[in-house]
Amino acid sequence: MGGPRPDPDLGLRLTGRPPSGIRTILRRPMDSPVAPMQSRPHGGAAVAISALERTFESGVRAIEPLTLELAAGSFVSLLGPSGCGKSTLMRLLAGLDAATGGTIQRAADTRLACVFQDPCLLPWRTVLANAALPLELRGVNAPERDAAARVALAQVGLSDAVDRYPAQLSGGMKMRVSLARALVTEPTFLLLDEPFAALDEITRQTLDDHLRALWRAKGFTVLFVTHAVDEAAYVSDRALVMSRGPGRLVLDHRLSLPEERTAKLRSQALFAAETGVLREALAASGGAL
Amino acid sequence: MSAASTILPPLVPAVLVLGTLECLVRSEVLPSFLVPAPSSVATALVTDAAELYPALWSTATAALLGFAISAALGTALAVLLSSSRRVERAIYPYAIFSQTVPVVAIAPLLVIWFGWDQTALASAVIVSIFPVIANTLAGLRSTEPALLDLFKLYDSSPLDLLLKLRVPAAMPQIFTGLRVAGGLAVIGAIVGEFITGQGLGGSIAVARQLQRVDLIFAGILLASVLGLMLFGAVNLAAWLALRRWHASESRP
Repeated sequence: MGGPRPDPDLGLRLTGRPPSGIRTILRRPMDSPVAPMQSRPHGGAAVAISALERTFESGVRAIEPLTLELAAGSFVSLLGPSGCGKSTLMRLLAGLDAATGGTIQRAADTRLACVFQDPCLLPWRTVLANAALPLELRGVNAPERDAAARVALAQVGLSDAVDRYPAQLSGGMKMRVSLARALVTEPTFLLLDEPFAALDEITRQTLDDHLRALWRAKGFTVLFVTHAVDEAAYVSDRALVMSRGPGRLVLDHRLSLPEERTAKLRSQALFAAETGVLREALAASGGAL
Repeated sequence: MSAASTILPPLVPAVLVLGTLECLVRSEVLPSFLVPAPSSVATALVTDAAELYPALWSTATAALLGFAISAALGTALAVLLSSSRRVERAIYPYAIFSQTVPVVAIAPLLVIWFGWDQTALASAVIVSIFPVIANTLAGLRSTEPALLDLFKLYDSSPLDLLLKLRVPAAMPQIFTGLRVAGGLAVIGAIVGEFITGQGLGGSIAVARQLQRVDLIFAGILLASVLGLMLFGAVNLAAWLALRRWHASESRP
């Protein structure tokens, strides 16, 4: 499931094709001359993490050796209590932080995009200019990047707000702009770090639906960090639970829920059973619910 | 708020104070050789126009040009200092040290270095450049880490990072520095003119020798108006640049 589905309304090239090669982006420390290229993830993996470690300069161990593979085109959520290393793992995957051990291998044609809990918009730019920023930084000319940004903003339902400034937007709208800014790069791999955590319940559920629809249309790989069990179960097909101190994986669970997710699902016994599994693992991991 | 409710409240104390002062001087409670009646200051503004307005022009030129040089040079220096911690550590202590030297004490030196005609300008620059450097540097240094991550994620070039993130994000603080610098540039120019005898500073010094308190007050009034105009111009520029996005300028 989760492969690309044509959607004539989106007007963008679909990007869920299988990776044609693997590129190593993080290596073991220099003292261990291992050739990480030898251990390729199998054909369908978007990212393969192997024995990944992160110990901070203070001596705090954020992540203990972690091995994990995310299938191309899958929607995976990552749950865990605060301080369990979720965000550290995200930063490592995004290349914003360097591992102290292990490897992260991404498919060679990976185009990575991130959405953070804070929308991170530039307040002096219009919605359009914010959405076009990644292309602008990569040297795409103005007409082309504006056209791409308009398409991305249409996909998140913000066509009417292109000329507004962030200060004129609601929290949910800011998050949509942030999502559009990620989509404008036509990512193959989307990292979301508690993107809707600061929003009210109704807005969050709307955006969850939106995100899942976008994923089904485009077939990119999603890693979705959240601390909300219901949200994790609702949007994803596979849920990982991390425990804290140091961060390690305590549950890797395939959710058996229908492909089509609607609000009705949230009140069904099936959904309650699946969230129960996650809730139990999270409670055992030391996380507050 | 209507224009009347904005303008009227500050006018009330002004009218009261000026009226009382006028009465006190006319009834000779206050000696007119110490405090001039407001009406005689107004008269001086007209009768001494030949002296005052060319002086105002000369002071305004020095202050405005000095302010412009401070703004450009100060911003450039702050960008340079922000480029690396090592450069900042090497140079910033001297920038602070330069602030402890009273400009009045070095004004005679400025005459020797820059000549009579450029002393007021040099003095205006020296006095007004530090707030520009300090505020711009603080602004460039306080870019949100999350936004820096965002630019890193999208492989931003160092130039893009500076021009598209750090400088725009620092604009509110840059304008704070410019507001302070505007007022200081007028002060610096007048301090220089006390030595050279030109401009409003020179006119005030001459009026002191002539015991013309009305002329001194007229000079002070014009210098204040000049400072206010510079302050107003910076505020207008700040409003135009920031009104759409920054809370400090969102009121019309």
